[in-house]
Amino acid sequence: MMLADSASRGEPVTPIAGGTDVMVSWHHRAKDKLTLLDLSRVRELAVMEWTGVGDGASLTLGGLTTYWDVMQSREAAAAYPLLAEAARQVGAVQIQTRGTWAGNVGNGSPAADGVPVLMAYDATVTLASVRGRREVRLDEYFTGYRKSVRAADELIVAIRLPPPTWGVQWFHKVGARRAQAITKVGVAMVRRAVVSGQMSVTRGHAIPAPSASRRSAVVGERASGAPDAAGSWRVVANSVAPTVVRCRMLESALDSGRIFTRPDEIESLLAGDISPIDDMRSTAVYRRRVLARLIYHRLAQSA
Amino acid sequence: MANSANDRAGPGAGESGATETFNMSFTLNGAPVSRRVPLDARLLDVLRYDCACPGTKEGCGEGECGACSVILDGLLVNSCLVPAFQAAGRVVTTVESVAADVASALNVTGTSQCGACTPGIVMSIRWLLERPEIASNVDLREFLSGNLCRCTGYDGVVAGAEAALTLRGIPMRGVARPGPGDRGGSRP
Amino acid sequence: MSVGADIPRVDGLDKLTGRAAYVDDVAIPGVLHGGTIRTPIARGRIQRVVFDPAINWSDFVIVDHRDIPAGRNAIKLIEADQPALVADEFRHKHEPVVLIAHRSIHKLRDALRAVRVEVEPLPAVLRPDMPLTPELLQHGSDNVLKRLAIRKGAGEPGREAEFQALFDSAAHIIEGRYATGAQEHVYLETQGMVAWQEDGRLVVRGSMQCPYYVVDSLAYFFNRPREAFRVIQAPVGGGFGGKEDFPSNLAIHAALLAEKAGAPVKIVYDRQEDMAATTKRHPGVVRHRTAVDASGKLLAMDIDVVMDGGAYVTLSPVVLSRGCIHAAGPYACENIRAIGEARLTNSVPYGAFRGFGAPQTMFAIERHMDVIARRIGMSSVELRRRNLVRDGQTLATGQVVSDGVDLPSLMDAALTDARYDERQKLHADMNSGAGSHPYLRRGIGFATFHHGSGFTGGGETYLASEVWVEGHADGRVEVLTAQTDMGQGTSTILSQIAAAQLGVSADLVRVATPDTSRVPNSGPTVASRTAMVVGKLVEAACDDLLKQSGIGTTKSIPRDPSGAIKSWHAANPGKRLIGRGKYEKPAHIQWDDKSYRGDAYAAYSWGTYVAEVEVDLRTFAVRVTDFVARQEVGRVLNPTLARGQIQGGVVQGIGWALYEEVVLDDGVMKNCQMTNYVIPACADLPPIRVFFEESPSPFGPQGAKGIGELPMDGPAPAILNAVCDALGIEANEIPLTPERLMTLLEGR
Repeated sequence: MMLADSASRGEPVTPIAGGTDVMVSWHHRAKDKLTLLDLSRVRELAVMEWTGVGDGASLTLGGLTTYWDVMQSREAAAAYPLLAEAARQVGAVQIQTRGTWAGNVGNGSPAADGVPVLMAYDATVTLASVRGRREVRLDEYFTGYRKSVRAADELIVAIRLPPPTWGVQWFHKVGARRAQAITKVGVAMVRRAVVSGQMSVTRGHAIPAPSASRRSAVVGERASGAPDAAGSWRVVANSVAPTVVRCRMLESALDSGRIFTRPDEIESLLAGDISPIDDMRSTAVYRRRVLARLIYHRLAQSA
Repeated sequence: MANSANDRAGPGAGESGATETFNMSFTLNGAPVSRRVPLDARLLDVLRYDCACPGTKEGCGEGECGACSVILDGLLVNSCLVPAFQAAGRVVTTVESVAADVASALNVTGTSQCGACTPGIVMSIRWLLERPEIASNVDLREFLSGNLCRCTGYDGVVAGAEAALTLRGIPMRGVARPGPGDRGGSRP
Repeated sequence: MSVGADIPRVDGLDKLTGRAAYVDDVAIPGVLHGGTIRTPIARGRIQRVVFDPAINWSDFVIVDHRDIPAGRNAIKLIEADQPALVADEFRHKHEPVVLIAHRSIHKLRDALRAVRVEVEPLPAVLRPDMPLTPELLQHGSDNVLKRLAIRKGAGEPGREAEFQALFDSAAHIIEGRYATGAQEHVYLETQGMVAWQEDGRLVVRGSMQCPYYVVDSLAYFFNRPREAFRVIQAPVGGGFGGKEDFPSNLAIHAALLAEKAGAPVKIVYDRQEDMAATTKRHPGVVRHRTAVDASGKLLAMDIDVVMDGGAYVTLSPVVLSRGCIHAAGPYACENIRAIGEARLTNSVPYGAFRGFGAPQTMFAIERHMDVIARRIGMSSVELRRRNLVRDGQTLATGQVVSDGVDLPSLMDAALTDARYDERQKLHADMNSGAGSHPYLRRGIGFATFHHGSGFTGGGETYLASEVWVEGHADGRVEVLTAQTDMGQGTSTILSQIAAAQLGVSADLVRVATPDTSRVPNSGPTVASRTAMVVGKLVEAACDDLLKQSGIGTTKSIPRDPSGAIKSWHAANPGKRLIGRGKYEKPAHIQWDDKSYRGDAYAAYSWGTYVAEVEVDLRTFAVRVTDFVARQEVGRVLNPTLARGQIQGGVVQGIGWALYEEVVLDDGVMKNCQMTNYVIPACADLPPIRVFFEESPSPFGPQGAKGIGELPMDGPAPAILNAVCDALGIEANEIPLTPERLMTLLEGR
């Protein structure tokens, strides 16, 4: 109601949950009138829910679900290992206990650490207002730098994940240090397992450790040479575009069975998907090159 | 130079120029407190300037260094990122309530040098003491990375965490030990 | 025995329980909060200062240069060229222009945003190698803040042809350029100071390393005697040199506001202001040209050191001096010419930072030694073994080494600690050949180095430090010095030294809070001088105390010093019993300040550090996977505290080598937040394995030497040597961030 009232008066309202974005350098904030809407006591928003049973069960994160909640849930970590993996790399414990997945989406930073894995898992965002609820695919949610389809009177009340049917699942964050760092470049890669095909479902298992003895010159992810059914791969990167971004050209190439023999082939292809910039944390060329190399070497492991 | 809540001359309430205020009641180190504080105060400001608990330090003001770590309703948090109104009605624990034997164990192991990051480190370690199930499974070096320290190089901090856990009989995963002798840890 | 024992830090429990009262932790009734309005660009003239009329300025105390006594608008350090508040022309961005104070910090924050400084820009020097044009001149005829030369053998003036001949006939001439970046201290407690008037004096309490520097600056600035001021040290939440010179500026600002307001004023910088507006480590570029004979002996060293001094002289001459004295490393080369320059740029002035110039030049020489070894086809170990200085041989200033330390053995022991040979073989298999890893590479490297304890040359004689030890009527003893404890453990080790010298238990001794109204001037807490120089004075003062209280100093005679002190007081009611120790230059120490010849330091500490690294060729990130720090520091007074000093210094060195990049924009730090200036966290680091060798020195208490700065010198070259070992490249610039390594390996 408050959101609706304020929106109708044209006053911006900033919802606040864990405060890990809103409160940064708080006493330096712009002195324009800032209206906060405290969500922290809305208990129903904190609930993590499972829908369905067995292998078909899927997870819905509440609007107040924190990174810590997911890290502490054995079921969530088993079904969606990348969520736990990404959560562990957000700040440190003091941030993980307060930061929420919905807040990470709502803040809209291109460096958001929680968003790539959600997007790779085909998550949808539930937006609620006095007009009702609607579902938006996360990969269609962002419209530009810190811009989204969310209307001023809408609130992110849930993030829904489809049932886990993924084979390859991988997340890698590159920060300036190993913990407590803002992402310079990051990537989540997921491949939907072909349930009745040559590849088996390996739900809940982390990908195998890299083999030190393998020096692969030809890499790619082949399913007996047959191109996959549409949309098997998800490659989502952060800190390389105005928003967290799906690398659709790369996804199509992988889906069509393309084989990469050098990292720079991936780098060239990514040029159509990403547009990194130089800033005080890193450079565009570093972000582009490192993203390509991370993907190349991950593909090489499973070639 | 008194040091009580009433004459604390910080950016608290009750002075000219404070912005809108509200009455905030919460439990601090086991005791109920009630203070009129600015609406836009952070929990850190309230502790330091309204509650005469200046042990909690501000290192960076942006949730990076962990010097302001406190335990809020059983969770370890950076108090610089908590708006005071969110802590109303809740339970807050700060460095001022540390047990004497824990402090002594940390002193012997060289956990503190200049002391500015120390209260946050003490609170991180205390949180582990409260949560043995986490303490037993956590990688201490990863866990302690929410507290930046510029003096110790962290070996004294890790040693302090181990000493405190040992003091309370909490088992822990193998951690790489500082100092001469075995290099500890695993070599990949 | 209290010396050599692991006595827990005496200030530790206060810090671990939140009781220690740092400057911002103490409530002062009626205090005003002060803030600073600063210049908006690197160089220019103030045209006017515009105060937003929306604010009721009569509520505020406002101070600008017109409030300063005529002719005194300067912060006295080596020169008095830096104004306390800009009057007209200014030389760097964020220079202070106006100070304001208010009872409410909320109103202060709003007001700070409501003042605009309008300026006329002047051309600025933003790099020390920028070609000079007349309109860029701001200091002397060439913007050089200090120039000095260290010359030895054929490097001496008038022997140029001989020096050249050494190069002409050498088997090898090896050249290299080594660059180091600025470094921010990131003490966890920001700068802060409170000033008030009391009993006709201006009292200043705050976070500082050197209370007598502050009192001297105040006396000069206000043109009053020292006694008109009282400076009290609050617990210091980290210094590392960052609170050596800068606190004088802040004390003057707080004092100006407090006098005008007639009320106490507190200025505490927030993190962004602290990082942007205060000093950093001097960036440096060192060029080496070295003549080496066929057997690997260093025949002649030609060294060129350039440091960026920033906008004012501040401490640059002495930073440059220590840097140049250490520039030839711990090697016995007979012919040396080391020329140093500190140049003005329109950057925030660079200042003291742990190591004080030596880390910059030690990085250069220790990288250069590996470059020489590689180019002449000799192992890094063998090259150093053939050149490390032995007792009886001389360092660059002609100082004869007599510490009794066998440096090749120290090196060998460190390499054994690190299993250097074994690791090298394992790495070779991993980095190339059939079993090589797709993207990880490992390497191991080391550095051999030294660091002089105490002030350079005649500095200690000039300081003429004094220490008192007072025996109180209850039989307890108090050590009175100006030495500050900023975490390094001063209060603990000085009480240990006094207890040992008096023969009493350490809990009978306490160390006074530095307060210029009651402690003598024992000099600044800098330059690795506290344990060695001041500790020795504590011993002397203890001896004097024993003598006055009627007890001889022969330790074999049973005695009861505490009882003797009580008896003395019973016999002399109302009087003070104070033992005094005053610095006297050891007779055989000789130094010439003009020629830079002689005994630069009474003693040196020595080290060999070994680093092992892993490089990820996907991300170009370097991680330190093992670190051995072996050093000789004389007698170790308190092993836990000493180890903590080494580990902390090593990690600062790791940060400087790999993580910490000061991004400059218009001469100021652009990434002035802890989020964007990255210091290492716990998960980035291996345990730092510390080993001490003890060769007691006659110059320190019970044989102790300096320890605080040494660990800053070794890590960066050891780590870069390891990276070069892993990748087979020459990387000669730090910080070696992933972006810089990528460029080095691949170009753009």
